[in-house]
Amino acid sequence: MRDIAIVAFAQSDHLRRTDECSEVEMVMPVLHSVLAQTGLKTSDIGFTCSGSSDYLAGRAFSFTMTLDGVGAWPPISESHVEMDGAWALYEAWVKLLTGEADTALVYSYGKSSPGSVRDVLTRQLDPYYVAPLWPDSVALAALQAQALIDAGETDEPALAGVAARSRGDAADNPHAQLPGARPQGDYLVQPLRTGDCPPIGDGAAAVVLVAGDRARDLCERPAWIRGMDHRIEAHSLGVRDLTDSPSARLAAERAGAFERPVDTAELHAPFTSQEVVLRKALRLGDDVRVNPSGGALAANPVMAAGLIRLGEAAARIQRGESDRALAHATSGPCLQQNLVAVLEGEAQ
Amino acid sequence: MTAAPSPEVLRAPLVVEFPFTRSLGPVQSAFLTGLRERTVLGVRTGDGTILVPPVEYDPVTADEIRDLVEVAPTGTVTTWAWNASPRRGQPLTTPFAWVLVKLDGADTALLHVLDAPGPDAVHSGQRVRIRWAAERTGAITDIACFEPYESESESEGAGGTAAPAHSGLFDDLVTGITAPARLDYVYSPGRAQTDYINALADRKTVGERCPSCAKVYVPPRGACPTCGVATTDRVEVGPAGTLTTYCIVNIKARGLDIEVPYVYGHIALDGAGLALHGRIGGIPYDQVRMGLRVEPVWTEGARFPDHYRPTGEPDADYDTYKELI
Repeated sequence: MRDIAIVAFAQSDHLRRTDECSEVEMVMPVLHSVLAQTGLKTSDIGFTCSGSSDYLAGRAFSFTMTLDGVGAWPPISESHVEMDGAWALYEAWVKLLTGEADTALVYSYGKSSPGSVRDVLTRQLDPYYVAPLWPDSVALAALQAQALIDAGETDEPALAGVAARSRGDAADNPHAQLPGARPQGDYLVQPLRTGDCPPIGDGAAAVVLVAGDRARDLCERPAWIRGMDHRIEAHSLGVRDLTDSPSARLAAERAGAFERPVDTAELHAPFTSQEVVLRKALRLGDDVRVNPSGGALAANPVMAAGLIRLGEAAARIQRGESDRALAHATSGPCLQQNLVAVLEGEAQ
Repeated sequence: MTAAPSPEVLRAPLVVEFPFTRSLGPVQSAFLTGLRERTVLGVRTGDGTILVPPVEYDPVTADEIRDLVEVAPTGTVTTWAWNASPRRGQPLTTPFAWVLVKLDGADTALLHVLDAPGPDAVHSGQRVRIRWAAERTGAITDIACFEPYESESESEGAGGTAAPAHSGLFDDLVTGITAPARLDYVYSPGRAQTDYINALADRKTVGERCPSCAKVYVPPRGACPTCGVATTDRVEVGPAGTLTTYCIVNIKARGLDIEVPYVYGHIALDGAGLALHGRIGGIPYDQVRMGLRVEPVWTEGARFPDHYRPTGEPDADYDTYKELI
């Protein structure tokens, strides 16, 4: 198998609204940034893959507009996932593993501001038994939080602690939408308060993947992807144990996360209660630095927030602040789908 | 005219609405027909687990399952969340609890809502029962909601642990559902397209030039798809242009007040690097030709040209527009 590394990462400033920008105008700066970091030109990229959702834009095939920012002439090898960009990165990783390309550009973006993201996300639910009831994303997360509280796994002060720590760490993240601790606020859907929930906003991210020794030419300390896996659970919430995440655990096992300890974990946990579930499922001890970027509680551009976790973990390795990091992305209600990657830097 | 400061970007409501029509398999058909008849059905998996709501394939083994059973309309809350601010489309308009309810006789929980006076009146382990909708059609909303039910144990429930088998057969089976969906957006086209639309209000057509390849894009979207860079150099194009290619439309579209046959064409406005499309008028349809010089015709109060008509100039030479076809 070939070694593949993340050699560059960029993200936008995440904002509540970006009316002045079309989607391609929002994406272009991050694309230009990762190319500039590596010195690569569009013509050097072997495979381009993106992640986004038409439902956020309210428009069919909305991703084709952002291809204008890639420079798709002469024709390029390109693909798109109607998912978080972390899954686009997975597709690119497989493309590189099979040797069909040596270099990949991965990007994703989401503008939640045009619509109501709580309502939009109901459209990903079972259309027969669940979607007609319009249970919004906060309500479903709140059911999971209450199940955790009933099971004695957490309580409201502990959840508030997760929120405060995340946003405190985000004070050092110039891209964060909610930098610095803030009040927990009122219940949005009890037991979750405003502070337990992610901000709603717009943003984009991009990474460059490179196979083999070339990664060392493009990046002083590449973040090597040692393993990556993604798993899904039954979509019916009533079938699942909401206090656990067997899919995240299995993905981590298959990605090799349990072979040796990690020092950093970037978890895609938009709700405080989901960090509680993931810490247990991923066997993260108190010595692991969780979400030093602030995580999705500080900035949650839907469809990009998972890719950003991979990018943040890689950037930490590139800066020499981590030697072995776990990056996680999720999709669907109550951590239905989970992707785990293990990233490593070589000895410094 | 001197350039004015860029006006605020345009915004307009955008409603996406669709009646999602879906057919049902045998198990979902039986379940939803059952709700119409105030009967709750589950399905038994290979290892004896009873799933409510039922599915057609075992979530563990993926085996096809058809073994229907009847469970009770009473059950126990397994988890809940208090919703003080009901949103559009949700089952109750007054504050309510979201609940997962394990019905008596079932091994899994159903998502629905509980009508209760406040969060203090709800807890996990609480006994509840179905409140049926007055008018039932064979949909999950035939359960209006759950309501608290004064009963201590599930032994009082109809099913208990030995849920009786059910044929799933009813008169007049429900075979499909229509689930209306509506999402409300406020659409903003961004800076480049706002400039384009605002210019049209003055009956001008503007594009943007790529700083790298110099091509002028109309309408501009803010990026050059060839070079992948921002286009910021605003250029006024037209008003006249050249018909680069066209087709003759012989089928009348519903709601369209144009007599057939008519001509629809690609028009490269003078100075533009690619063609727009529009209707060609003011000339018999069988005299339209590539290279025809045309100009826009505006009608009172219109936001874009109604059609393009011949200018009377000589036809453009093929070489001048061959790259724009």
